[in-house]
Amino acid sequence: MSSDTLLRPADGPSAVGLRRRSLARSALPISAAAGVAIAVIGALTTDIDGVAGTMVVAVLASIVIYVTWSLIVEGRQRATDRFATTVIAAAAVLALVPLVSVLWTVIERGIAVLGLSFLTDSMRNVSARSAGGGLFHALLGTLEQVAIATLISVPIGILTAIYLVEYGRGRVAKVIGFVVDVMVGVPSIIAGLFIFTGLVLTLGLPRSGLAAAFALAILMLPVVTRTTDEMLRVVPNDLREASYALGIPKWRTITKVVLPAALPGIITGAMLAVARVTGETAPLLLTTFLTQSVNPNPLDGPQASIPTFVWDQITSGTPASLARAWGGALVLILFVTVFYATARLASWWFMGRRGMSVR
Amino acid sequence: MTATDTLVHDELGAAPASRKARWGDPIFKAVTLGAGIFTVTIMFAIGLFLLIRALPALANNSGNFLTSSTWLPDQSPPVFGIAALLFGTLVTASLALLMAVPVGVAVALYASHYATPRLGKVLAFLVDLLAAVPSIIFGLWGLAVLMPNMGGLLKWLNDHLGFIPIFQNTTGIYTKSVLIAAVVLAIMILPTVSSVSREVLVQAPDLQIEAALAVGATKWESMRMVVLPFGRPGIISAAMLGLGRALGETIAVAIILSALFEVNWHISEPGGNTFAANIALKWNEAGTNGLGALIASGLVLFLITLAVNLVARMVINRRRVKEGTA
Repeated sequence: MSSDTLLRPADGPSAVGLRRRSLARSALPISAAAGVAIAVIGALTTDIDGVAGTMVVAVLASIVIYVTWSLIVEGRQRATDRFATTVIAAAAVLALVPLVSVLWTVIERGIAVLGLSFLTDSMRNVSARSAGGGLFHALLGTLEQVAIATLISVPIGILTAIYLVEYGRGRVAKVIGFVVDVMVGVPSIIAGLFIFTGLVLTLGLPRSGLAAAFALAILMLPVVTRTTDEMLRVVPNDLREASYALGIPKWRTITKVVLPAALPGIITGAMLAVARVTGETAPLLLTTFLTQSVNPNPLDGPQASIPTFVWDQITSGTPASLARAWGGALVLILFVTVFYATARLASWWFMGRRGMSVR
Repeated sequence: MTATDTLVHDELGAAPASRKARWGDPIFKAVTLGAGIFTVTIMFAIGLFLLIRALPALANNSGNFLTSSTWLPDQSPPVFGIAALLFGTLVTASLALLMAVPVGVAVALYASHYATPRLGKVLAFLVDLLAAVPSIIFGLWGLAVLMPNMGGLLKWLNDHLGFIPIFQNTTGIYTKSVLIAAVVLAIMILPTVSSVSREVLVQAPDLQIEAALAVGATKWESMRMVVLPFGRPGIISAAMLGLGRALGETIAVAIILSALFEVNWHISEPGGNTFAANIALKWNEAGTNGLGALIASGLVLFLITLAVNLVARMVINRRRVKEGTA
């Protein structure tokens, strides 16, 4: 818009002839009102009704009115521009609809079952049809599995990133970096299949919480490596050189100077990776068995987790179990939110204090 | 950094520093290299183990693995083929892409060139939040919220556009269809598409945009003639990365589709199936040969997503190299 005003000649007697006719500012709200009116009439008289249908008709009708109006008054070039602008803005709003809808539904339906007993009870001796029960067994399982996955993937990921940034040159580093990038795109179910074929079938590891944790670790590994890599790259070179100047060998420089400087970013990356795998369902279905009881031992026996709990409740399909599924979904969202928020806070807190700007 | 680093370090190593320092570096370097090699090994091991475990079932298969649409790997003789799975996977993923790419690019354009920087940041953050929602929640939402709300639209499409095969519905049932799964997938890959495109579009050269405006182009014409051509490689790789995600998505699809083994172009009818959803749904009821068959289908999925991701990364990396030399 600002560019249009720039292009238009300044007000003045000589410029009058050059000024184009343009739409009044009120054209957009008027078109929108007309579109809504058409949609409401349409909803009352035709078979296109319901909130979603009416809204779609309203938006389409508004755009048609607005652009046609512009076409008549301003001509084709400006009309095309107005059409593009409204469509792009409408797409931006459209993209937010599912986010709002998902969060709203999960909170609204989840809160109905979420209570203290939902967090402290298991599903032992609770039938699918009856209300009550909880996800304590699943909460415990998820905490253990994610913790083990973090313990495995974070050290390996950090070491790989150190190689890529501090040591890696030439072909080997290029290949490793490329493989890490491609690994981010490995579907989660493939990670589950790999752990099943490689560890369960070949090495005889039982289907257990530990097997699930291995699958999650595979999904976390490239994420941790990539974020750590990015964080190490922004550590100022002056720090490394100052350390070398004091006669400190390279590996001590990395562990004592570079890593501490990048630590907040690395923690943020690890937390984001945790948030990402906490909701993974598919690999867990392949590597553990479902259970309704508490099993604190990840090494042996079936172990529940929040995502598989939700899956189990959905497939049971009774009203009571679907209500529990929404409760599980809310707990999952809260879990992920806490991790995201902590990650953001941690990076903001550390960065703010150190006065270091990362990206 | 590289040359000076090694220089300083080598001189230190040569000096009679502590014994620990002399041995520390090679050991530490070897450990980090080991971690890197471990990561690469895992990628190869995934392909290798899937292949080893798929081969016996493939050898037993009395049907054609590529062209058969039957899935009875545990009967004797076992018959299974991926035709229906391949069809379902490609159709759901490409439909999702068809919906997600225009919206995702529009969001990226709006956030990078139309909105104020502050609003653009907020919009980008909110769309990225979609990526944080676990897929099982999208599945539940798709089943409970989207599916009932899409029935009317799908019926309307059948009533008015039913002469086009893909909108035709001969069953009168408008739930659990490929089209609904595709919409959910589109929502799930939207953050990938929009964030990768946005990263490229913001780098569009301001001078060229201003030059276009100066010769009388409208805002949209400057987008069409400068920003979008500049961002095309980025948009392509964004779409490929989104496609990779859509191809491998499991749980949301498994919840929404009513898994059937058939190639059906009537995508608003109940049915459809994908590699990933089929593995999750059939896993616990499969016998030895059934597991092998599922692993074989998983290997195909792995190879397809690998190819898609390789191409996407190569497009991105080629651009980076270009930038580096420019």
